[in-house]
Amino acid sequence: MTPQVQAIDAALVAAHEHHDVRDTQAFGFWLYILSDLILFSSLFATFAVQMRSFAGGPTGKDLFDLRYVAVETLLLLLSSASYGVAMLALQEGRSARVIRWLGITFLLGLGFILMEVHEFYGLVVAGHGPNHSGFLSAYFTLVGTHGTHVTFGLIWMLAMMFQVGLKGLSKPVEGRLLRLSVFWHFLDIVWIGVFSVVYLLGVM
Amino acid sequence: MAEAHNTIAGEHHGSLLGYSIGFVLSAILTAIPFALVINGTAPRAVILLGIFAAAVVQILVHLHYFLHMDRSSSQRWNLMTFLFTFVVMVIFIGGSLWIMLDLHSRMMG
Repeated sequence: MTPQVQAIDAALVAAHEHHDVRDTQAFGFWLYILSDLILFSSLFATFAVQMRSFAGGPTGKDLFDLRYVAVETLLLLLSSASYGVAMLALQEGRSARVIRWLGITFLLGLGFILMEVHEFYGLVVAGHGPNHSGFLSAYFTLVGTHGTHVTFGLIWMLAMMFQVGLKGLSKPVEGRLLRLSVFWHFLDIVWIGVFSVVYLLGVM
Repeated sequence: MAEAHNTIAGEHHGSLLGYSIGFVLSAILTAIPFALVINGTAPRAVILLGIFAAAVVQILVHLHYFLHMDRSSSQRWNLMTFLFTFVVMVIFIGGSLWIMLDLHSRMMG
């Protein structure tokens, strides 16, 4: 083989390995998401068992305002869609646009989490904290775990906005943005279960 | 490289049209159960069925339009692991409820 051919071969092998690494990273992250799904399953199962254990305290009908929850749901759904638009900008290689749409997604997610904190604060102040009944313990654990995930997603998103700004849309940055998108959409899917089981079943 | 990708939400992240369709469908599938419960006049069984049917369909909408899951061979392992997790979840949640409700009816009933 001539040196040129060897160089081309090496480049092809490197490109292939690079590609393999990204696929493996994406699949590994997918497996983490699935294990997280098992974690949420255990919390959903706990909530389902405890959802009628009011201990003489308030029920979901007394505590939950469905219009409030509908607004929370809309914020999270909008943030899922806006992350999608950020991914389209990534596809086109327009980094300023990626940062802008990540920013919009971040604000929507922040709005969701602030509404949730406000709701939790109101419940605790009114004396309906997690120590009040089995129902409220399970409620705070399930909804709080989801909220914690969203909070970490927001921190991650902020970090990615800085990374895109500083490093541009390099391959590692692109891989991280892809994995964050899976994480973010996954959290919206878990929220479908939360509003259906916790809020809608709790109020009906 | 034109070869297939193994990534979920991989190289082809859909289109603006796809995300718009996903958003509109999800909004409708959220509005239906909320309206059913807030209105509250429908029979209980209808409301229950509405909540669960809308949730299942909306999850499928999210998987298709946002996570771009499909049955192509490049996604085989994503799909297989997902289905396995789904089975574990059904056993987990269904089994817990079965045991605890049975216990409840024996102790209290």
